Amino acid sequence: MSVPKYRKAAASALVAGLGLSLVACSTKSDDAATKASGKVTITVDCQPVGAQKELLKNWNDDVVEFQRQNPNIVVKSVSVGEQCNNPPDFTARLAGGTVTDLFYGYMTDLQQVLDSGQAMDITEFANKDTVPTWDSVDPALKEVFTDGGKLYAVPVKNYSMGLVYNKVLFQRAGLDVNNPPKTWGEVRAAAEKISALGNGIAGYSEYSAGNTGGWHFTSLLYSQGGQVLTADGKKADFNNAMGKQVLQNLKDMRYGDNSMGDRQLLQWADLLTNAGAGKVGMFVGAPDATQAIVSQFQGKFQDWAMAPLPGQDGAAKGTLGGGEGYFFKKGLTPEQVKAGLKWIAYQKLTPGKGQFDYVRAKPQNYPVGLPQPLLFATGSDAQKQELELRKANANVDTANFAIFEANPVPINGEPRNAQAIYAVLDAAMSGVLTNPNANIDALLKTAEDKVNQLLAAEK
Amino acid sequence: MAITTVPGTKREPGRPASPYPPGPQRTSLGRKVRDNLTGHAFLIGAVICFAFFSWYPMIRGVVMSFQRTRRGVTTWVGWDNYDRIIADPSFWTAWKNTFYFTILALVLGYAVPFFVAILLNEFRHAKGYLRILVYLPVMLPPASALFLFKFYAYDPGDAGLFNSILKALHLPTSQWMQSPEMTMPAMVIASTWMNMGGAVLIYLAALQNIPGELYEAAELDGAGIWRRIRHVTIPQTRLILALLAMLQIVATMQFFIEPLILANGTGAEDSATSVAYLIYQHGFFQNDLNGAAALGVIMLVVLAGFSAVYVRLSSKQD
Repeated sequence: MSVPKYRKAAASALVAGLGLSLVACSTKSDDAATKASGKVTITVDCQPVGAQKELLKNWNDDVVEFQRQNPNIVVKSVSVGEQCNNPPDFTARLAGGTVTDLFYGYMTDLQQVLDSGQAMDITEFANKDTVPTWDSVDPALKEVFTDGGKLYAVPVKNYSMGLVYNKVLFQRAGLDVNNPPKTWGEVRAAAEKISALGNGIAGYSEYSAGNTGGWHFTSLLYSQGGQVLTADGKKADFNNAMGKQVLQNLKDMRYGDNSMGDRQLLQWADLLTNAGAGKVGMFVGAPDATQAIVSQFQGKFQDWAMAPLPGQDGAAKGTLGGGEGYFFKKGLTPEQVKAGLKWIAYQKLTPGKGQFDYVRAKPQNYPVGLPQPLLFATGSDAQKQELELRKANANVDTANFAIFEANPVPINGEPRNAQAIYAVLDAAMSGVLTNPNANIDALLKTAEDKVNQLLAAEK
Repeated sequence: MAITTVPGTKREPGRPASPYPPGPQRTSLGRKVRDNLTGHAFLIGAVICFAFFSWYPMIRGVVMSFQRTRRGVTTWVGWDNYDRIIADPSFWTAWKNTFYFTILALVLGYAVPFFVAILLNEFRHAKGYLRILVYLPVMLPPASALFLFKFYAYDPGDAGLFNSILKALHLPTSQWMQSPEMTMPAMVIASTWMNMGGAVLIYLAALQNIPGELYEAAELDGAGIWRRIRHVTIPQTRLILALLAMLQIVATMQFFIEPLILANGTGAEDSATSVAYLIYQHGFFQNDLNGAAALGVIMLVVLAGFSAVYVRLSSKQD
């Protein structure tokens, strides 16, 4: 081949290759072949990542067993790192139309998913035939995923916030681990004693960045009896005595008592890293925060206990609840929706199976005995079965959560447009935690204006 | 002997000469492409890449900035997204922060590498080692470098690197990233340290192109170091200084990773929020991709304005 011809051929190959690769990039996988074989294929995200060896093995075992019981269903699992706890990644996949047939979302994600036009109405499919425990699932959780009378997702996890405290630090500070603080005044006094231990220990720790500050402001506001938005959801409703009290409590602890440590602007992993290192006496969190401390941040279960969220002068008037669910991608066939519901029922909503397989989890050091997920209604058959299994197989000391469980606080859901509001409220939280001269009135007024602006833009 | 051909009348070897006289001829596009098939083939590849990965997203962003998607239905909303974004109280905070960062980066991040380059240029020995030392931070992944600053240098306690130094010098310590006043200077210091190496090398190359005779003449005229810098170095490196100033403005106005890592996003009382971070927040945390697109277009226009001013100024200078 002469040189010019060779160059022409090379150039043609280059163009053809490039074109093919671009086409390949934009080609979606097609399950037509599988459908032709008479099987229904569903893709599901949030398969545990490779580093979570036991969780991944459990998931894969569940897939094998589920497919054995349902030979006509093929479950294809997808795992992309931290995809299931990463709002930016979730938004990108939603906007890009690359979500799986069944896709995970927070309870606060419903509006975002509906706006994207990717959620399927599953009202007619979700029932006892597809999900045997459906009647036991807490109706309040179903309501969270309902819009205009239509159900768009199945709840698979639910939590509520309380006061998480380090028993070891309590004992070292001379505090009674069986009598944790019940009011914010008591939290303040205990935090002072714990921080007096020195060595960089924060008596009480709080978030103020990455939307987590706003998330916790909401929880603390609920403890005062407040709400983030007015009942009609049209205006901000935190620039009042209760909102001021939340920030004043924190400012008093941070700069009055110096009991919150030097390092602020914390977000989720920052606080738990400090907690895992034994540098945090108390913080507001859900029961699974202790699980994260152990599995991700080298802490120990036996060091941690939980109490209900404190109130200002007595019991808290409310606490924040939230959770997760699985949405169904628009355009699925009825067979795929039914198959997806069956999979969720098996893996997430059946006592003794999947996430409730406590017999399997117990020897794996995966915590059994935490008072969550709270998926089933009080007194329902599924709840009774789940509680019995949990008690019989507990590998964490349930006594550590007994005070929390015995003193339930009314649960309030997250506000509409929660993530955007939390982002605004971060500034108010960071203000009182980083500026000794912070003006609480001005911080709340600014946040109120911003939230009202956000809500106005939503109309 | 050089062989010259009239464009479009290239003769292939072995073929008889055309009976028509050579002269200006119009050639078809197809002929032009056939004559330069290899070049066009490579060009197509580049055009496809740019169109797919650069131009399409940009055009799509502009289109999205005039649209709104609700319940999967996209509608044209005119300037609504722009009105909404401009009315957002964080909008002006972000622009104020961005300009503040850019000005600080120009003062510090632009001047420091130039003087470091002059200093390195003056060294007679170990030049190579010194250049490597200056360039080393560039090789560190930006996220790692910023985490070093966040957790060791800017620790607000007395154990932090900078606070230990200040304490040893009997100077007041700082809260660094936790102080709204210190947020910007701290981010610029970290950013300058991270990015200085590349600029220093470019300045060094420019400095070494200055004829030595100019310095010798200046020295004979009794010029000291400052006068040599002012009358020889700066005029001789004028073009590269202008180019890097422009690049510095365009790059620093898009700062994003510094607030994301050093300030966990917005920093104390929104003191770290940059326009680029606000775009990210609107797009990925507030479920407002259309608003994010509008803000992106505003930023594009502002940066294009700066670039146009630069092109105008540099063409006048030339």
